[in-house]
Amino acid sequence: MRNLVASIAAIVVITAFFGFAYPAAMTGFASVTFSNKANGSLIVRNGTVVGSKLAAQAFTSPTYFHERPSGTSPAYNAGATTFLNYGPTSSDLAKLVAQNAQAILKLEGPYNPGLTIHDIPVDAVTTSASGIDPDISPAYAALQARRVAAVRHLPLATVQKLIKENTDGRSLGFFGEPGVNVLELNLALDKLGGK
Amino acid sequence: MSAQGIGQILVYVVVLIALGYPLGIYMARVYNDDDFARRGRLRWLGAIERGFFRTLRVDGAREQDWKSYGKVTLIFSAIFSLFLYGMLRLQGHLFLNPDHLPAVPAHIALNTTASFITNTNWQYYGGEYTMSYLSQMAGLAVQNFVSAAVGMAVLAAVVRGIARRSRNEIGNFWRDLYRSLVYVLLPLAVILGVLLVSQGVVQTFHSHATATTLQGAHQTIARGPAASQISIKQLGTNGGGYYNSNSAVPFENSNGISNFFEMLALLLIPAGQVFMFGKMVGARRHGWMVFAAMLAVFAIGVAVNLPAEQHGSQVLRNSGVNITQGNGQSGGNMADKEVRFGQAASTNWTVATSDASNGSVNSGFDAQTPAGGAVPLVNLFLGEVIFGGVGSGLYGMFFYIIIAVFIAGLMVGRTPEWLGKKIEAREIKLAALGALFVPTMVLTMTAVAIVTKSGVASIYNHGVHGFTETLYAYDSQSNNNGSAFAGYGATSFSASFGTVALYLGRFVPLLAALALGGSLAKKKIVPASAGTFRTDGPTFVVLLVGVIALTAGLMILPALTLGPIVEGLMH
Repeated sequence: MRNLVASIAAIVVITAFFGFAYPAAMTGFASVTFSNKANGSLIVRNGTVVGSKLAAQAFTSPTYFHERPSGTSPAYNAGATTFLNYGPTSSDLAKLVAQNAQAILKLEGPYNPGLTIHDIPVDAVTTSASGIDPDISPAYAALQARRVAAVRHLPLATVQKLIKENTDGRSLGFFGEPGVNVLELNLALDKLGGK
Repeated sequence: MSAQGIGQILVYVVVLIALGYPLGIYMARVYNDDDFARRGRLRWLGAIERGFFRTLRVDGAREQDWKSYGKVTLIFSAIFSLFLYGMLRLQGHLFLNPDHLPAVPAHIALNTTASFITNTNWQYYGGEYTMSYLSQMAGLAVQNFVSAAVGMAVLAAVVRGIARRSRNEIGNFWRDLYRSLVYVLLPLAVILGVLLVSQGVVQTFHSHATATTLQGAHQTIARGPAASQISIKQLGTNGGGYYNSNSAVPFENSNGISNFFEMLALLLIPAGQVFMFGKMVGARRHGWMVFAAMLAVFAIGVAVNLPAEQHGSQVLRNSGVNITQGNGQSGGNMADKEVRFGQAASTNWTVATSDASNGSVNSGFDAQTPAGGAVPLVNLFLGEVIFGGVGSGLYGMFFYIIIAVFIAGLMVGRTPEWLGKKIEAREIKLAALGALFVPTMVLTMTAVAIVTKSGVASIYNHGVHGFTETLYAYDSQSNNNGSAFAGYGATSFSASFGTVALYLGRFVPLLAALALGGSLAKKKIVPASAGTFRTDGPTFVVLLVGVIALTAGLMILPALTLGPIVEGLMH
């Protein structure tokens, strides 16, 4: 009985502190010091929220760089992230990879004479873990550069320069892997005009 | 696999030791020093502590024997279970629910409650579309602190039992709980939380954001008070993500730095506790040897997983796409992995989280290669003693240590001793119970789930991989890890069956450990003699790793043959 009373009292005190005071204090601190980041790193253009630096969004137009495939439904759903969960030996995975590779060959082939499946980097045909991976590998960005340059009538060098500018290197030059932020890259392209 | 990638993992180990050691020495003081924060400039902290005991109407200074300690642990956990279950079921009618989410379905709420009370965080739901901000923050995140603190408290009591002689008492539950929460978990969680927000992890009470994409579509972006919860889910070896895809989601783990610190937090306290143990029992060299054994198993995990994932799956190799590392890509098996982490950081996380009983992920395990995915599967089965859960990992390791010194004793024909205590029949029985109960349960439950219709209904990938999913599900829940081959689905059968696995997997070893501590506390110290097996040298490390491999490793081998090994051979 004594333990029962103590347990109930402990639950109330602990929930009040760790369940309310702690997250509230952290939120207060975050909103003062890192307001944009704490609220989802949203990107605003001409007064409209056009997305988040940290979430992929659907790009299908040939004028844009495209994201990695997504396993969420609908694709790039930043409200319900998920892995695709296809096993490493499943025929579904084989089918999906083949499909994605064919689509890329069809889209990029005309701008990259001699393009074969061996030139497609693996991240371009596999789903990301979150389904909203905001990055593509520098290799996949390089593959798309000729198409975007041609469709936008831009010099290839200009597009390649933009890719470089929107590549996030390893953190502190050491941790993780480099990636190209697709939304930021496409925004930079739009800013340049030449659509 | 590149030198750069291996370098990242080596730096990780070095930083882990550099921070874990001082933390361990600090924790030894927190649990051993009656006057901690009672004098000097930190007196006000001690006053708050006494206020907490007054509110609870308990005497924090009065020590308990192992039975009373265990009893209050069980009662506290049971009442908190009822409270959490109620909150999940009623969230639709409660406040802090800006996205108007309905009540969590009964079987999911039951499993989730068990999952968070037992420091597991197995998730049969997607956080961002199932749980209200209230449930996440005041329900689940509170358990991230509390379940971790319960494990830490029990460990402190067991270690005291090992260190003491001719005593009945092993500590006071409320005091150990309070000190774990306030002097260890809270400061670390605040530091990590601030660091994560600075890197882009969200922390807000605003509801989801809506964006109009560059191509004119609408995109919903789920947000919430995530950073404060993520910091503790990593530190407390909980692992339950704010988002469904856990720390693979950029809002939960934004870049290489946030990833490094989340991984560091994953093993920090369990690693520190090994040094704390060495200090509290006055055998620091022995502590280092236990640490060395853990590190060896960690290294084996990395050495298997990284090459396997970098080599890629058969499907990807046959497809013809370029999976070679270099020229602007990390390459390898990128299915269900993130570009900003690549292979090395994904492997590091996979091994750490499955060693640590954490269960958070930064890539999808279901999509890992057969050999790569076998690493977390085996790590789990070892009983989460390689670093393991906060508290529970090391007290689980004690079972294996006792079996190891017992076997060494048999070899030389002497009564086994450990840290000056004679190991007798009672201790051996408790250690055997603690070490073998959970693996036996995993195999039994997997067998039942695989031969019944209701069990098979949860499987997502067909064939052999479906068996692996099932095995992993009960492995993960029984060992209180919480990571998943996430295709495995929630049915009322799998959720309820899992609930049993969760509670038994937590509390049977916990009580066995407390009983062991109580039993050792009563013993006298026998002076070491020439025939005493030394537990502070490399021979002990080899023996310990061998015992773990023999007891748990051999038990899972047949099941492993039916799952990943067949899958690897078939393709």
